[in-house]
Amino acid sequence: MTKIELTVDGAAVSDDVEPRMLLVQYLRETLGKTGTVIGCDTSNCGACTVHLDGTSVKSCNVLAVQANGRTVTTIEGLADTAQGGLHPVQESFRECHGLQCGFCTPGMIMQAVDLLAENPDPSEEEVRLGMEGNLCRCTGYHNIVKSVLHAAGQSAGGARA
Amino acid sequence: MTATQERPGGEVDQDAAEIGKDRRRKEDQRLITGRTRWTDNITLPGMLHLAMVRSPFAHATITSIDVDAARSAPNVVGVFTGRDFGDELGVCINAWPITPEQKTPAHSPMPADRVAFAGEVVAVVVARSAAEARDAAELVDVEYEEQPAVVGIKKALEDSVLAHPDLGTNKSALWVFDSGEAGTGGDVDAAIEEARTNGILIEREYRQQRLIPAFMEPRSVVVDPTGEQITMWSATQIPHILRFALAATTGVPESKIRVVAPDVGGGFGGKLQTTPEEWIAWAVARRLAKPVKYTETRSESLMAAHHGRDQVQTLTLAADRDGRVTGLKVHLDADLGAYIAIVGGGVPVLGAFMFNAIYKFPSYRFECQTVLTNTTFTDAYRGAGRPEATYAVERLMDELAAEVGVDPLEIRERNWITHEEFPFTTVAGLEYDSGNYEAATARAKEVFGYDALRAEQRERRERGDRVQLGIGVSTFTEMCGLAPSRVLGSLDYGAGGWEHASVRMLATGTVEIVTGASAHGQGHETAFSQIVADRLGVPFEDVEVLHGDTQVAHKGLDTYGSRSLVVGGEALVRAVDKVVEKARHLAAHVLEANADDLDYAGGRFTVRGTDQGVAIQELATAAFAAHDYPEDMEPSLDADATFDPVNFNYPHGTHLCAMEVDTETGAVKMRKYTCCDDIGTIINPLIVAGQVHGGLVQGIAQALWEEAVHDESGTLVSGSFVDYLLPTAADTISFDVVHTDQPSICTTNSLGTKGVGEAGTIASTPAVVNAVVDAVRHLGVSDIQMPCTPERVWRAIHAGDGDASTASDAMPHFEAGALNQDPTAGEGAGL
Amino acid sequence: MIPVKFDYLAPSSVEEALAALGEHGDEAKIMAGGQSLLPVLRMRLNAPEVVIDLGGIASLRGIRDESDAIVIGAMTTHHDVRDHALVREHALLLSKAAAEVADAQIRHRGTFGGALAHADPAGDLGAPALALGAQFVIAGPGGSRTVEATDFFVDLFETAIGDDEILVEVRVPKHTGWGAHYEKFVRVAHQWPIVAVAATVRGSIDEARVGLTNMGPTPLRATATEQALAGAPASEDGVRAAADLAAEGTDPPTDLNGAADYRRHLARVLTRRAVLAAAGAS
Repeated sequence: MTKIELTVDGAAVSDDVEPRMLLVQYLRETLGKTGTVIGCDTSNCGACTVHLDGTSVKSCNVLAVQANGRTVTTIEGLADTAQGGLHPVQESFRECHGLQCGFCTPGMIMQAVDLLAENPDPSEEEVRLGMEGNLCRCTGYHNIVKSVLHAAGQSAGGARA
Repeated sequence: MTATQERPGGEVDQDAAEIGKDRRRKEDQRLITGRTRWTDNITLPGMLHLAMVRSPFAHATITSIDVDAARSAPNVVGVFTGRDFGDELGVCINAWPITPEQKTPAHSPMPADRVAFAGEVVAVVVARSAAEARDAAELVDVEYEEQPAVVGIKKALEDSVLAHPDLGTNKSALWVFDSGEAGTGGDVDAAIEEARTNGILIEREYRQQRLIPAFMEPRSVVVDPTGEQITMWSATQIPHILRFALAATTGVPESKIRVVAPDVGGGFGGKLQTTPEEWIAWAVARRLAKPVKYTETRSESLMAAHHGRDQVQTLTLAADRDGRVTGLKVHLDADLGAYIAIVGGGVPVLGAFMFNAIYKFPSYRFECQTVLTNTTFTDAYRGAGRPEATYAVERLMDELAAEVGVDPLEIRERNWITHEEFPFTTVAGLEYDSGNYEAATARAKEVFGYDALRAEQRERRERGDRVQLGIGVSTFTEMCGLAPSRVLGSLDYGAGGWEHASVRMLATGTVEIVTGASAHGQGHETAFSQIVADRLGVPFEDVEVLHGDTQVAHKGLDTYGSRSLVVGGEALVRAVDKVVEKARHLAAHVLEANADDLDYAGGRFTVRGTDQGVAIQELATAAFAAHDYPEDMEPSLDADATFDPVNFNYPHGTHLCAMEVDTETGAVKMRKYTCCDDIGTIINPLIVAGQVHGGLVQGIAQALWEEAVHDESGTLVSGSFVDYLLPTAADTISFDVVHTDQPSICTTNSLGTKGVGEAGTIASTPAVVNAVVDAVRHLGVSDIQMPCTPERVWRAIHAGDGDASTASDAMPHFEAGALNQDPTAGEGAGL
Repeated sequence: MIPVKFDYLAPSSVEEALAALGEHGDEAKIMAGGQSLLPVLRMRLNAPEVVIDLGGIASLRGIRDESDAIVIGAMTTHHDVRDHALVREHALLLSKAAAEVADAQIRHRGTFGGALAHADPAGDLGAPALALGAQFVIAGPGGSRTVEATDFFVDLFETAIGDDEILVEVRVPKHTGWGAHYEKFVRVAHQWPIVAVAATVRGSIDEARVGLTNMGPTPLRATATEQALAGAPASEDGVRAAADLAAEGTDPPTDLNGAADYRRHLARVLTRRAVLAAAGAS
């Protein structure tokens, strides 16, 4: 067991974990942050995407011990949802019907937030390329892409499409 | 981006009628904030975790299983093999034997003696944590004696190697429909002979490659045996059928079983199954009297959850010299895999009625030979039988057009049922109630810019451009809304096709509705709320939709086959109408008026010609208090309804696809995709568009990317997402999804709706392949096997008919990498 | 989905890491960004007893200017390599190739040195590193040594890094002002390249360097093509004959995505396209 201390969704947490424990397993099983999900075992699907020190990572591809001393943000900490608040990207996914079953959605939203942080006014092609690490089986991506462009338009006054 | 029918950012108009309003989904608030209940999220006190030990061999006898080391591993509570359970393990069922003579292999959830596909479970380890269960599973020592495996339809038909030696053959069943014998049409052989001498004969063999549904949420099951009812949570499309099957095969009374499908992350037919893993978890939980959980990995899912498609289609189309079809003869060989799954054998039969599509074929014969192989069992995948049929006929119509030398749309027009001809009884014996192929085609052509793209295609051909343009057409229809129970009975299916709904007015005036359909992404909570809000006149926000729990939704037949809205929605309408009638009676009493003098609108009864009235939500409170109600009524505003459809419904549409083909590399790229679907009344345009988009990409993926490949020994080569290629956002485009101004209303449900869940998938595959072939037809190409990989396209262009299949000696990229990671070598650095 | 148990060491210096490697030898596995290692551990296709994480060694991160070369720390992420001004100015080809590695999330974690040391023949960085004549600085118990790119890639997943050594940085000779293009051929975006070609050219065309991805067990240099390109005009016809030599001496695999002969064909076509793009002529 290895002791880790980190900040998750704004709260300081501390646990003894096995070194082999993946960050996604730590989030789900130890912290009960089940909003982040596991969709594959080869790091292709991106469903487990969270932010580690402010940039997107696949939390199945990070050991919990590697997050020691760092800051993790999950879909549950993106906005003050307990108070009914939504991040603009969350709002856009709802507005544009960017989800159906919703399983890929936390990862999609977390990656979209990262993408827009790096490129606030992306073209449709830039959105499509920027989301290439996230698989969805329901939406055909049409409305996911639209959601991201819509969110960009909301904050930057008009996405290039 | 193109968005013909979309209103991004549009506010919901509160005054508009509920039907047809693009309501934002009720479901989404939870899903976008991570407040979800996937089965794998469930944790119960004392819960134990399962790990499966799976056969690496496609066909082997089990010589011995030594579980001692696993049993003594840390925190292991038990290790079980097939021998440890008797009848309590139950069996996996086939609910649709397609002929009385069908050869059906015995299917144990965990066989004790012999495995028939790679990935079959031979032992289960139970431990206090999932990690410890996995660790101990590695210690289970199974000795196998490998047997020859049969892989692939052609090998199976030879019967030289048997998937199940005890059956004596790999041929499971032969199912035949002949229009001459059925009296629905003429003799197809006569039509073929006539065409051979005086007309056009198109003979083709098409292959429907094996696909994997690949829902994003891996399957998961939790069983809690600690109450009076044993509860199973499962990532399933079919909680009701699952409950029935558990009762029927494990000896537990149905009344003692509760099945819950909580949030379910996609299905596409892939979760229309009763699975070995569910049965094993059930048996272990009962044996240990403790809650257990099993969640598969993606690799397990790809190998052991059922696959789809996998047919070889031998087709003969007869036509006169003008391209008017005179007959179609179809012989299918369909690979069921190692076992006949719940409706596995029936999937190709669902296609039997659709090969004639939207056309007036005078004669038709369909034969389907199902075969068993040592591969993962196959079953429903989005469209189930109908995409295969649609692909075949829409590819053939393009070939016929090429033969006659006319535009593919022209050849279709010469053969399709005109809108004046509905209702129309087809050569397959179905009655199409409504449709308007002319209108859908005209609209699609206009939005697509058909003529301009044809002109560009000509120019590119003339210039000899490196990148050629092709235009693909698919004028599809399908039968959906499964299904009239009597029809299912006539096909020897093991259940009915009705659906159930309950409507309960609560004391405070809100409305609880219960549906037997079980959503897993379709948006029932929103669409059904709109139906109730419209019909009952209560606010959309006051309607709560409950589903997916057999203790809440006590009757139901679940969600598949584009049935929820057209069957379940109609049940809901009927239950609502019953509630209104009850309320009318109570309103008459309260208002001291004659019930016949009451008008009902906007959720309010009014006495005709007066301003006296009462809201139904007030009546709900009155019924709850029950202080004053008529002698001849019960004090409740609840009602149930069960709707059994009298017919399937027949959505249709015209899909147009433009593909660019790089003739130098064989790479293909979608340029434009337009579809005009006629699905009758639309309840929620936003949800409909989403269903179409998602369906399109699954169908496009069959055309271009996806293929489940087993090597000759029966090992799944495409066993992870590294090698089973799902498309990403970067591989797809935005689509034009439009509808006709005057939809063809379905006449067999009061909403007038037709199914939409499978439409995009059924239509798009042939549209894409037709476009790819069209782009290079002038180079001598008339077919490219799916998926149209760059290599296959390149070989078709440059080497005629060279087969690019390289599966037998292929190594998946992922394992190729891993195998070279010598675990004992301390390499300098990893990534 | 759950790796076999291992002990975890997080050294804070190269010396500590080498000491740990010396102590645990064959039982240890070095982890850089972990983006290829962790999937293998999750699938239990490898089971080291000790994982030595280089993530805590600050000196392995970063990119610096060193007269005729830029030096890229082994633990620099793909994301940082892609965007770094020094890389864009002096080794544009690496920036272009780094942009094509996997996806955004993986590029945030995966490292330049880790990818090269992993030596996946389908990896995106080997061919450009080879084309640019990179030098690999490898630290071991007896000190550091420098290995030329031509000697670094030994075989499938095998490099010149010894069992007791660690790749610490990569020196990339400056190709200031050279045009560059990385032409990657995939069926879907998240796939490993079926074939890719890394091309960088000076002028149009005075000099060219061409590397091939996934055309054999190691990254390959298309030397015959390079020689034929010297002095060739940057046009379709000017480049065609040289590009047609690109598959010479290659040994591509046959798998689900293509047979060897098809890959050779792709190598020729993609080389032409990559060179023209690098020369700004497409």
